[in-house]
Amino acid sequence: MLDAPKSDRKLVAVENLKMHFPIHTGLFRRHTGDVKAVDGVSFDIYEGETLGLVGESGCGKSTCGRAVLRLYDITDGSINIDGDEIGSTPQGQLRGKRPTMQMVFQDPQASLNPRMTVQAIIQEPLDEHTNLSKEEKRAKVLDLMDQVGLNRKFAGRYPHAFSGGQRQRIGIARALALNPKFIVCDEPIAALDVSIQAQVVNLLEDLQQEFGLTYLFISHDLSMVRHIATRVAVMYLGKIVELATREALYDAPLHPYTKALLSAVPEPDPDLHDTMDRTILTGDVPSPANPPKGCNFCTRCPAVMDICKQEDPEYREVLPGQFVACHHYNGITDAAEIIAASEAQ
Amino acid sequence: MPDGAQPVLDVRDLKTVFKVRGGEVHAVNNVSFNLKPGELLGVVGESGSGKSVTMMSLLGLLPTPPADVQNGTVTFDGQDLLSVDPETLRTVRGGKIGFVFQDPMTSLNPVYNVGMQIMEPLRKHMGMTKKEATVRAKELLELVGIPDAERRLKDYPHQFSGGMRQRVMIAIALACDPKVLIADEPTTALDVTIQAQILELMKDLQERLGMAVIWITHDLGVVAGIADRVLVMYGGQIVEQSPTRELFKNPQHPYTRALLKTVPRVSGGREARLAIIEGQPPILGAQPTACPFRDRCDVAFDRCSQENPPRYAVGAGHDAACFYDANTGAPRDA
Repeated sequence: MLDAPKSDRKLVAVENLKMHFPIHTGLFRRHTGDVKAVDGVSFDIYEGETLGLVGESGCGKSTCGRAVLRLYDITDGSINIDGDEIGSTPQGQLRGKRPTMQMVFQDPQASLNPRMTVQAIIQEPLDEHTNLSKEEKRAKVLDLMDQVGLNRKFAGRYPHAFSGGQRQRIGIARALALNPKFIVCDEPIAALDVSIQAQVVNLLEDLQQEFGLTYLFISHDLSMVRHIATRVAVMYLGKIVELATREALYDAPLHPYTKALLSAVPEPDPDLHDTMDRTILTGDVPSPANPPKGCNFCTRCPAVMDICKQEDPEYREVLPGQFVACHHYNGITDAAEIIAASEAQ
Repeated sequence: MPDGAQPVLDVRDLKTVFKVRGGEVHAVNNVSFNLKPGELLGVVGESGSGKSVTMMSLLGLLPTPPADVQNGTVTFDGQDLLSVDPETLRTVRGGKIGFVFQDPMTSLNPVYNVGMQIMEPLRKHMGMTKKEATVRAKELLELVGIPDAERRLKDYPHQFSGGMRQRVMIAIALACDPKVLIADEPTTALDVTIQAQILELMKDLQERLGMAVIWITHDLGVVAGIADRVLVMYGGQIVEQSPTRELFKNPQHPYTRALLKTVPRVSGGREARLAIIEGQPPILGAQPTACPFRDRCDVAFDRCSQENPPRYAVGAGHDAACFYDANTGAPRDA
């Protein structure tokens, strides 16, 4: 991303967001537990920036993105988008707010109705939320197709006639139709081939420049997030373990999980593979229905201490702009000591 | 490995065509390569490049129709796998050649416990008794790093996590001490931290067991980490073949060069803008008569749309199917 002039205005402020899904078992479908998919996350997104949200599958990153847009009725917490608190607003009243916040979905195959033409798909938000005339809508759709690099001759075709990358462009055009301020991109490139991924990412960046969009970019691809995001949040088992600017997170990660995650990414450079010192995590991610006591990462952490198995670490700003939830940084505020604590792990 | 060693697997001019409604898809076009003993061969390409179909064709794993392996020879163990009878082929598959598929959930049978599934090839191919097979199955699970192996034999696939299931798949593929292991995107469905575990395991197993491995992937990073040699596929053809280090230092085919540029990294310099490859991969409706990459290539010239380039040798064990010489920056002589 071309680092756009960052504004200091918080477009999105999320505080202690929780999204629990109940588990019902037995003959009477009794409520016996909860899948704590998102368990108390807080972050802000500044106007015009891209916040990357990374983590492994099942860590709750997609649920978090959907919850922020109130596609779910959240369990707890507050969500403030563009000055309006929407955390507890009933779904009916959210409708007026929807044009400001849109979403691009992961699977362009499943998120486009196969029985609607491209014209109808992109036009649908206009039908729902505007009073434009038929001609105005048609002109707007063709404009949008130009903007996302789709040939306007294909407006009458159906989604199956398009390749994966083009379908994702249709999804992006639909999200743009109502001139939103904030777009949640939920793994928009995961289903695409490498050579097509770069095309879609460049398009998202161009659109951001042109319309001053703010993105929450959800992905498991750490190298692509490094490219597109201004700041990055790392999630593990329903919680954010570290949030920092792109440079800080990739060059000097503090949380042991971030370190392990970064070292697990295979780089396209054979020399690097020989020289680098890898941290290979053992075991799997615990179930979010039954998270371990203490720190969620304590079962796999290479630098685990006794306190980690007892108490949940506090998520706090240890360095300016760098938030971490880890006991290794307890009670330290000095930058040099933080770095020493990080290296000692 | 020594260059002169007899290859364990030698594929020549393989051609596979799918008959579909309204035409044909020429998925694999005159693919030739070999696999040396103890080598790890990476095969890279995007979806639709023909990498999986190539491997499925040579083991007769494709349903016919619609698939039709029209041409080629696959020499393994002194016989041509494309012309042997189905009975012989069956002893090769799962016996001397093991196969690991991409998605461990759909390739394991959900109604049998994993012990049964590991024992099946042992009893079919090695003629072991149930007792012997149980002992061996437990050893195999230990070999692939599954803790508490004896108890886990009785568990069903759904009781394993994704990474553990892929370990079970690898254990099944290794059951009969194969000479060759073909792994088709074995880590694509897995998370990075689990992928790192599986890569580490494969490297270790390959060294200990000395088998030859073909590793199909779309991830250049994975190839850089484990392969000795790499084949790059595009449009149903091999466009470049090279030792791994050489490929990353000195890529010759325009597709390989473009691909390496378009992938961002987690360390080192960060590009302000990603390089892109314009356009879409080709639709393989007919036998290609021109270079499949010409429409997306930045150095294409007249000849590229008139002939399909053969693979030119460009270095030791390194060849590229391109009329343009990346070293001199000029077209090759006709």
